[in-house]
Amino acid sequence: MRSACATLEIRDEADAVDAICAAKAKGDCCAIVGGGSKSGLGRYAPQTQALSTAALTGITLYEPNELVLSARAGVPLSEIEALLDRHDQQLAFEPMDYGRLFGAETGGATIGGAIAVNAAGPRRIKAGAARDHLLGFRCVTGRGELVKSGGRVMKNVTGYDLSKLVCGSYGTLALLTELTLKVLPKPQTECTLLAIGADEAESLALLRRATATPCEPSALAMLPAGAALALDADAAAIRLEGPAISVTTRRDDLVARLARSGLRFETLDEHDSAALWRGLRDAAPVAANVGQIWRISVAPSEGFAVVERIRRAGAPMLAYFYDWAGGLIWLCVEAAPDAYAAVVRSAVDASGGHATLIRANAEARARIDVFHPQPAALAALTRRVKASFDPAHVLERGRMRAEF
Amino acid sequence: MTLFMPKPEPAIMSRRNELIARLGAILPRESLIVDEVARRAYECDAFTMYRALPLVVTLPESVEQVRAIMALAAEMNVKVVPRGAGTSLSGGSMPLEDGILLGMSKFNRILEIDYENRCARVQPGVQNLAISKAVEAQGFYYAPDPSSQIACSIGGNVAENAGGVHCLKYGLTTNNILGLDVVLMGGDLIRLGGKHLDSEGYDLIGLMTGSEGLLGVVTEVTVRLLQKPPLARGLLLGFASVAAGARCVGAIIARGVIPAGLEMMDKATIHAVERFQPCGYPLDAEALVIVELDGPQAEVDHLVGIVQDIAREEGATTIRASTSEAERLQFWAGRKNAFPAVSCIAPDYLCMDGTIPRARLPEALAGMDRLAKEQGLGVANVFHAGDGNLHPLILYDASKEGDIERAEKLGFDILRLCVSLGGVLTGEHGVGVEKRDLMGEMFTEVDLAQQMRLKCAFDPEGRLNPGKVFPTLHRCAELGMMHVSGGKMPFPNLPRF
Repeated sequence: MRSACATLEIRDEADAVDAICAAKAKGDCCAIVGGGSKSGLGRYAPQTQALSTAALTGITLYEPNELVLSARAGVPLSEIEALLDRHDQQLAFEPMDYGRLFGAETGGATIGGAIAVNAAGPRRIKAGAARDHLLGFRCVTGRGELVKSGGRVMKNVTGYDLSKLVCGSYGTLALLTELTLKVLPKPQTECTLLAIGADEAESLALLRRATATPCEPSALAMLPAGAALALDADAAAIRLEGPAISVTTRRDDLVARLARSGLRFETLDEHDSAALWRGLRDAAPVAANVGQIWRISVAPSEGFAVVERIRRAGAPMLAYFYDWAGGLIWLCVEAAPDAYAAVVRSAVDASGGHATLIRANAEARARIDVFHPQPAALAALTRRVKASFDPAHVLERGRMRAEF
Repeated sequence: MTLFMPKPEPAIMSRRNELIARLGAILPRESLIVDEVARRAYECDAFTMYRALPLVVTLPESVEQVRAIMALAAEMNVKVVPRGAGTSLSGGSMPLEDGILLGMSKFNRILEIDYENRCARVQPGVQNLAISKAVEAQGFYYAPDPSSQIACSIGGNVAENAGGVHCLKYGLTTNNILGLDVVLMGGDLIRLGGKHLDSEGYDLIGLMTGSEGLLGVVTEVTVRLLQKPPLARGLLLGFASVAAGARCVGAIIARGVIPAGLEMMDKATIHAVERFQPCGYPLDAEALVIVELDGPQAEVDHLVGIVQDIAREEGATTIRASTSEAERLQFWAGRKNAFPAVSCIAPDYLCMDGTIPRARLPEALAGMDRLAKEQGLGVANVFHAGDGNLHPLILYDASKEGDIERAEKLGFDILRLCVSLGGVLTGEHGVGVEKRDLMGEMFTEVDLAQQMRLKCAFDPEGRLNPGKVFPTLHRCAELGMMHVSGGKMPFPNLPRF
């Protein structure tokens, strides 16, 4: 966790400009804190002060018919989700709640934080991540300048798409003040088909087969025995969402397409299905363990090979599961000073992809690269992009990369 | 209104022979076009209003050649303009007289189709439609479908973040690519993303997409493939007023239905289309809405019922739902013919591309009508209604004295109107040179300075496609030190070109 430092409350954009300009003049560096639910994420990099966005409140625009919502950065995600829910709409990217992973309360995250980490849940494979839903924003850059980008309309190619860039920038480019998001109708209902009886590799192959059917699954996970639902066997879980008549038809179609001897199917109804995916979204199967947690993103067909390489290299795996049809691996390893980074990273590099150390103590997060190392030309470009927003490294210094 | 481009630099023009000799060491003879007549073929893209003869045209066929050209350009401080299929509607690939035109047309191979990971690795010169054709037998397709899809290339789609009729449900180019290989000015090759879903570090794929060839040259694209929906059905809805049509569109979405396509056209376009090639559109309607729903049959039939109910509630004067594939295609035929049909009612037209919040459509159309009358010109409207992307077609006659200027002025006024209604200058055609000088309508100098600094991070000498997108050129060193306050630059008198 972060060491305590003075917290400055940002009440409006003018405050943010003043605070960042002052920090820049003094050579200070600032953490940006919304609900504080993600303060354990990223490299261990204590800052000289914290800028709190919690007072940047208010949903400033919501037009359900136009599928658009604007909110200031400090608005709790739960407030936005409750409002959308009343209009049968949702944030389709299913932002994860890190509370469970960090042993903190759930429901504390802000929309600004969800955007800063490019949050994405199980629906990533169908609906995309936060980056695919941010239409525009206002921010104060590390230069202390108020900048806006994008707009409130769905289709906009006017100027560079900075929305993509701030998603997943972990506060290192700018302090976000206001976000405009695309929202989408909530599916009328959902169910989850469980296929039980195949081993891990076969279950993953089954998920990939499901993505090549017209049944439009909205989430596909592979749960090793014991990972969830108190199942004592490996299982493939496939979520179907939509109008009730469509969900039933597609489930029957999917069973017909995937059926083979030795495979047993079970269906979770709307309530149980929602609970399962909420848990998987928040990495519940690995969260309860005491070890260090990696999040690995690879091509779906490579997921199993990556896990096998890590296993064979002798890293003590406490728990793991696959989301995104095998393309996302949540892995918990026994705590070690280096978090088995070399083993994990070389296993990933052999397939192409990246591994991020999500949960570890400060010592490990100070010692190893939390984010996947980059080749020289890309690392140099990344530094120049950072400098274009924040040349003095005022914002979240060292949070993503040691060099900035 | 005249377009000013950066003046050709004598230092470059005078070294043309040296440049050609050194390019000759990189490229085979047939990949280097020096002759003036042959260069003329490249003097504009689909935005034909302005033209320039490129200094020299290169058509590399390997990544190594692209890297060598970009290294040479940096070394000799020569400008480079990348070009895909040349279908840009905003002049994004318009050449520069003192610049190398870098044509990517020889990068035309599909390198790998990976059904298991539902993606394909393709070279940038591959046509958009060719990707879908290559995978259709297996039941897949590539979703973004700009109307130029038989000609436009995927590299150009990345540069412009191309959209299409289906992007409300399936997204734009930026939502459908997984990886990019990019050669930077100077020749460095960087790989972004791959076959996995999130790129590590900053989302430079997202930044590159829609950057109009100002940041790097794309040499490979990994695109997502989607499973083709089993069924699509169309609905044709006529309304007695544009406002009623717009209300119906809003009601469909409010009911939780996201159609695969949701198009609208005004009376002028309906009549032009019916005159061009009759397809049964109702001539008494002031507005026509075309809805397409796709998915499994049970779902599609269910949703068609819902949309019919909504249309009735909203007072539609015509409601037809397709019962066969032939009928669905017939509903679309008129929409697809809208541009050629309009060119039959006027000698020339200028296609604009603003986006507005959909609810403001009646105001936008009334405003456009007023502006058109001021210029004494007509306007026909087709509209991607689902996402608010408006394509007003300004009707004029180039042979008439002053008509081009009036059409251009009207176009600019319409885009200003879109911005004033909460919209943007361009939904899918790009800024290029066409809308460059309007950027100040949407952005402050501070906003633009930040975008230009990003350009500097990729291209510190401003050699890649300069003169596009940004209304003012600044040296990167100057932007780095510039203190901007209150939205104003310190040198407001700097020449705008």
